[in-house]
Amino acid sequence: MALLQTLILRVITTAVTLLGVAVIVFFVIRVVPGNPIAMMLPPGATAEDIANLTAIYGLDKSIPQQFFIWGTGVLGGDFGTSITLKQPVLELVLGRLPATLELSVLALVMAIVIGGAAALTGTRLRETRVEGGIDVAQGMALSVPDFLWGLVLILVFGVLVPVFQISGRVTPSLQLPFVSDFYLVESLLRLRFDLSLDLLSHMLLPALALAIPLAAIIGQLLKQSLKETMHLDYVTLARTQGYSEAKVIWSQALPNAILPTLTLVGVQFTFLIGGTVIIERLFSYEGLGNMAIDAVINRDLPLIQGIVILFAVIFTGVNLLVDLTYAALNPRLRHG
Amino acid sequence: MAEGRFQVRRRAGVRLWLSAAWLIVLVIVALFAPYLAPKDPLEQDLFAGRLPPFWMQGADAAFLLGTDSLGRDVLSRIIFGTRIALTVAVISASLTCLVGAALGLLAGFYRGWVDVVVSRFIDIWMAFPPVLFSILLIAVIGPGLFSIILAIVVIDWTRFARVIRAEAMTQSAMDYVASARVAGRGRFGILLREILPNVLPIIVVLLTLEMGIAVIVEAILSFVNLSISTDDPTWGGMISEGRTSIHQAWWVLVFPLITLFLTVLSFSQLGEGLKNRFDPVLR
Repeated sequence: MALLQTLILRVITTAVTLLGVAVIVFFVIRVVPGNPIAMMLPPGATAEDIANLTAIYGLDKSIPQQFFIWGTGVLGGDFGTSITLKQPVLELVLGRLPATLELSVLALVMAIVIGGAAALTGTRLRETRVEGGIDVAQGMALSVPDFLWGLVLILVFGVLVPVFQISGRVTPSLQLPFVSDFYLVESLLRLRFDLSLDLLSHMLLPALALAIPLAAIIGQLLKQSLKETMHLDYVTLARTQGYSEAKVIWSQALPNAILPTLTLVGVQFTFLIGGTVIIERLFSYEGLGNMAIDAVINRDLPLIQGIVILFAVIFTGVNLLVDLTYAALNPRLRHG
Repeated sequence: MAEGRFQVRRRAGVRLWLSAAWLIVLVIVALFAPYLAPKDPLEQDLFAGRLPPFWMQGADAAFLLGTDSLGRDVLSRIIFGTRIALTVAVISASLTCLVGAALGLLAGFYRGWVDVVVSRFIDIWMAFPPVLFSILLIAVIGPGLFSIILAIVVIDWTRFARVIRAEAMTQSAMDYVASARVAGRGRFGILLREILPNVLPIIVVLLTLEMGIAVIVEAILSFVNLSISTDDPTWGGMISEGRTSIHQAWWVLVFPLITLFLTVLSFSQLGEGLKNRFDPVLR
């Protein structure tokens, strides 16, 4: 019963948040100086031409009226038409979303693997120089944001030792047999590993730039929980039964120490997705974030609205999922 | 064990002092930029475009760290860029702190409808990708130093408000607040005289961290060509230009990047160091 109550309350607050995002972005971008319609037409267009086209996009109505029309459309799945690209916003946005999702998930996996490995190594070799070294590296990884790591990676692995691609999603000359926009997933399913390698070579550096700060956060928290667990009686018991130290950490301490880290990963994942905006720009990766920046520069109002709303849906959706999972796993909330 | 902890603290101390030293150097460079810069940062010399730094073949000793594609001196531009970076860092972080901490204190101490409103706004703000939000704001209010500062305040106040609100709630539940109330202090008096001094250490830590974040935001906005102007020497603008000519002239990217990296690292290490100093558990 309590769980159901939590669920309903969270869904309502999420809806309020999304409405707030929609209202703010809608009104803010309409204060933008510069008429997007005038920018579309060739030079020499008459005032009448501009007025006609403005009416077609509905930009001649008052802002609350526009919001109402747009809002009813959105609820029916119609996000309007992009001014610059002249295609339905929903189609454009959903076409780019897979690229961003693949990048984010790859970055998340890398962060978990690197952070997890650092925490396990740090716990196994605790109170040695190795642990100190890992701590210092994590401190640095945390201090510097993904944008700067991206630039450092471009310099080191793109220019100094050019082993990975630093721009784009895939080599443009390749023939792509894909029917979906999930290139990496589809290339793996089709067993076209040559294409998977090319995609990964493009994705590796941007994903790593996104992963480095998160890996440090995961590493720190997981190591802290592991160290606390290592003092507990049942771990000592496992040790006296003759298990090796590595085995004790892996099969006894880890399962009990992992829950706080999992909760944190969920929240941090939204920050990582937010980071894709500038990282995609930096690596000219054709995802949602790159499209968003172009839309802002071109004053493409319907497209900006669509992308911001989609980001907000992803953010709030992930947070909602984390909260509900936590509520479901936490017995105090379940029976309370 | 005790010895180990002492070692950790001393190493943290060294990092703290190194960070502080770097930031002091930056302040001096910013103050005396016109005397320190060997060239005019805006002066173009199309015949001296993309000269490499001094130790490489074909360098001109007058341009120590080389020149960009328009023949402007990289070193002088970094030196003058320090002024913009520090101005943005100090002013925007202080204003963000003021707005965020005030709202956080009010929400956490008074609770009720103030808390509901502030918390709802925080939720909405957390649903925006911050980089996209800042680009959007600059597009709306137009580029310029003032716009960048405004954008940082509008976006980042939640960083302060979230933490300070939670802290103010914890402090409000403590015994000393109850005794101050029994002693007949007014609510606002308690907030100013009792709660504020106790959350001040956290405010100082967040302020230091925010300065580093502000420097990055300025760089990101310059990178998408939405910062001050393309002529003015900013580290982000130099990085943006360096990214496009990375294969022809890596030095245009590398030197401002190193400066930015060290600056952000220093602010962050200083903030973390202060946090550990203030934290009674570690002390």
